[in-house]
Amino acid sequence: MQITKITQLVKKEFLLEFRQKASLGGILIYIVSTVFVSALCVKSTIPVYVWNALFWIILLFASVTISTKSFMKEARGMGLFNYLHYSPRSFILSKIIFNMVLMVVISIITLFFYSLFIPQIIGNFTLFFITLVLTSSGFAGVLSLTSAIAAKANNNFSLMSILSFPVLMPLLLISIRLSKQAIDGLSWGVSYNFLLILVALNILVIMLANLLFPYLWND
Amino acid sequence: MKHWYKIAGTVLVLYTLIFGLLNPVPRLDILNETIRNLYYHVPIWFAMLFQMSLSIWFAIKYLSTGDYKHDLASHNAAQVGFFFSIPGLLTGSLWARFTWNTWWTFQDPKLNGVAIAILIYLAYFLLRSSVIDEIKRARISAVYNIFAYVMMIVFIMILPRLTDSLHPGNGGNPAFGKYDLDNNMRLIFYPAVMGWILISCWILNVKLRISELNHLAND
Repeated sequence: MQITKITQLVKKEFLLEFRQKASLGGILIYIVSTVFVSALCVKSTIPVYVWNALFWIILLFASVTISTKSFMKEARGMGLFNYLHYSPRSFILSKIIFNMVLMVVISIITLFFYSLFIPQIIGNFTLFFITLVLTSSGFAGVLSLTSAIAAKANNNFSLMSILSFPVLMPLLLISIRLSKQAIDGLSWGVSYNFLLILVALNILVIMLANLLFPYLWND
Repeated sequence: MKHWYKIAGTVLVLYTLIFGLLNPVPRLDILNETIRNLYYHVPIWFAMLFQMSLSIWFAIKYLSTGDYKHDLASHNAAQVGFFFSIPGLLTGSLWARFTWNTWWTFQDPKLNGVAIAILIYLAYFLLRSSVIDEIKRARISAVYNIFAYVMMIVFIMILPRLTDSLHPGNGGNPAFGKYDLDNNMRLIFYPAVMGWILISCWILNVKLRISELNHLAND
């Protein structure tokens, strides 16, 4: 059954992640130090649009860095085992689900530390939060596929960022606009269209990953 | 008559190059004589988009058949499309200088879309050069090609419609087709689009023959 295999794989991912304390802790320290460095560079209050842009740039780099390793584990023996036991669709879906959870958690942690070090009043926090969740899940979808591609192409970090930055741009620009509206505290009617696009992009990315990953899988 | 399109392309482009400068154009504020750039700037973008669409078409064909010729065609079409993006960008920049008074502006989503498209295709070429194994390279780059193209279309087509643009036809600016493009201009514009697309096909044809010979020589 597909669903049971997917849950199996997702469970395995979480187990591996929690077993290696270093990897989760590493992510946390990475985020905190990046946010702290930017806070030190800024030092005082900054205009809203700069605050917004800086936040999304930090999040972008954190997501790309973290997701680079998501296909590294599959490099040698594990890859063959997975190949024999799971279908490519369930495999990429489990990766996307795991990455989505990871990214959403990371983005919330980033938001927490970022607004701790560089305070900013957010007018419509619910809208900001929804944007954050939708965008980071979209990031997870895109980055799962691009990290699979980068892993097949000898897995270097610069290739990963070069491949994913331009593809992430539509998501990023929509969410920057949305979160600016949220900080300004605009009403929901203004942002409704953009939220819909964000949801549609999420669905599109997952569908594309599902469609294309099987071709990366059999080689 | 397998050479008809080469002759037609040459005749059409020569016709539009000469008559584009001679034929009467509507007198409009700000645009003035620069409106003639419509005959050169827009058709070159059409040719670029046509080649990039050919590239993704061959990428899909490659994934479904596994024939190396489709991979070669996909790669070469991407190269030709990329080649056309340079004169497109230069003519656009020149036009922007005389109408919007700047070489480049971030106010316009189409300009950003083009920059992203160029980044995507640079990433595509880099990805190709970083994988040595031929079959693997063909597969991976086809997957990235399809994924990136869809995201680029999303970027170019959907985003500008939701934000303001300096281009005609978007964000409250009237389209050429509605007000400015009179019948005199149509006589030049449509042949120019056809001509540049045919010329781009000719370039693709020559490039493809060269790379097929190279492929045979290296085997």
